Amino acid sequence: MNRGSLKPVIFEHAVLSIGVVYSIFPFFWMIITSLRSSGDAFNSDSLLWPTKWDVVYNYTQALLTTPLPRFLANGVFVCGVILLLQIATALPCAYAIAKLSFRGRTFLTATVICCLAIPFQAVALPLFVGLAQLDLLNSYFALISPFAVSVFAILMLAQYLRGYPDEIIEAARLDGLSEKGILWRLILPASKPAIAAFAIFSVAAHWNDLYWPLIVVTEPDLAPPTLGVLFFRSEESGDQTGPLMAAATIVTLPLVVFFLAAQRRFVQGITMTGVK
Amino acid sequence: MTAISQDTMGRYGAMAARARSEQMAFWCIGPAVFLIVVTTVVPFATVLAFSFTDYQLGDAGLNWVGLANFSKALGDPQVRQAVTNTFLFAGMVVPTTVVLALFFALLVNSRTVTRRFYELVFFLPITATMPVMSLVWSFILHDRIGPIARLLQYFELPAIGFFSDPDFALGSIALIAIWQHTCFCFIIFLAGLTTIPKEMYEAAALDGADRGWEKFRRITWPQLAPTTLVAALLTTIRTFQVFELVVVLTSGGPAGRSQVILYKTYLEAFSYLRIGYGSALTLIFVAMVCAISLVQFRIARRQQAA
Repeated sequence: MNRGSLKPVIFEHAVLSIGVVYSIFPFFWMIITSLRSSGDAFNSDSLLWPTKWDVVYNYTQALLTTPLPRFLANGVFVCGVILLLQIATALPCAYAIAKLSFRGRTFLTATVICCLAIPFQAVALPLFVGLAQLDLLNSYFALISPFAVSVFAILMLAQYLRGYPDEIIEAARLDGLSEKGILWRLILPASKPAIAAFAIFSVAAHWNDLYWPLIVVTEPDLAPPTLGVLFFRSEESGDQTGPLMAAATIVTLPLVVFFLAAQRRFVQGITMTGVK
Repeated sequence: MTAISQDTMGRYGAMAARARSEQMAFWCIGPAVFLIVVTTVVPFATVLAFSFTDYQLGDAGLNWVGLANFSKALGDPQVRQAVTNTFLFAGMVVPTTVVLALFFALLVNSRTVTRRFYELVFFLPITATMPVMSLVWSFILHDRIGPIARLLQYFELPAIGFFSDPDFALGSIALIAIWQHTCFCFIIFLAGLTTIPKEMYEAAALDGADRGWEKFRRITWPQLAPTTLVAALLTTIRTFQVFELVVVLTSGGPAGRSQVILYKTYLEAFSYLRIGYGSALTLIFVAMVCAISLVQFRIARRQQAA
């Protein structure tokens, strides 16, 4: 494109660096602010680089004087259980759609596709009413149950399993492997790449979710990190930005680290949401 | 089963296998089907039913009100404002996001040594925990003490109340949404660009189209147009679903100037517990999203046919 001349290249890098700043500035500012004393963050002489560090205070404040560890534990627990349930329900169903013949298969597939088009916000209201009637608001059950099955996971895994050779399944049957055995010993290991990609999508979606926790949880003890940090904000005033940004960093960092470690899988998992 | 010799298998064997397959399928799909019915099908049917009633949570009974909720919604200035704002928001975010993402994807795609670095940096916001990053943005754009306010001050420009000025609130949220969505489109475009065969550029170079703009106009753009459409539609759906940004940054204010359909629905349904009215608003939101999904589906079908 530049045919060897240096000027256009430098120009392109200059333009790109504007994008770089826009892209990473919020992360940069969050981390820097979490490392400096709260007053220093808004001192105009040291806008971008701290003059007064306060790392230990900010992070201990965030971790010890607020229920942040509790929020994080809630988040990990809720995301983990949701993911396990989604795989446990979706994988057998995907296997049946892809590899078994049964009455109503076409109808089931069509229903699943239709359900994919319904945004979660459309069903949140009756789920809320139902949980309220059963007196189950403010519980882990309320946070987890609506997501126990993912139609997206079913379609994705079914699509993936269609590529799995029928001959292997037939041979296993002839060898006397039970259907349960086929599912557990053949299909599960074979689906690992697809499960990994889905896991990233699922964990990112539920770790970052605020909508549903905001609806069903009012008790701080049950709050996932996204909701917890908002509780934290409303309690603290502006002079506590250091600890607040420390909390924000702690909540945001797991996904960033996860991303840097498994970038390709991560991108794959996210672009798959293009389907949804 | 294994004791039966091959020649007696025949018809009975096939029927047994068939029955076994049915039985296995039943156990395989059972849990998923049950949960889909309970968490999606029944709730969606219930939203439809609720929208024709005046149900409020805590009420002993409910009355059938026909289309009253919908006519009330259409006449409600707050709902109109929320719907208008949602479209306005999409109008600001979608074109900007798509153009920025395409622009940067083209630039990054032509890099060789530094490509990985730029990819990583531009991918980064995809990891953003938006409710938390919104909080971070609220400080960055703080109208007195934020770094941007300081910058404006330094250049002696007038201060801007990013979230408190009625004329800026929605735009400020859009600025953050663009940040949020650009990386997603960027990823899609970069994937699309790598599928364009190199030979096409070589062939075009022989025809004299070797300058940047010519190459873009004659090869890249026609090849990338379907990708662009998908990116635009997906971003539109995502911007229609804007919620966290509004909750964290403005709560719909000032004076409803950043009110959007999903937050308005949330307030009616979950704060005021007007279930009937909230259901009608939910369906208005669903109609908006489904309209876009339908367009996307038709285009996908047409591309498959072609």
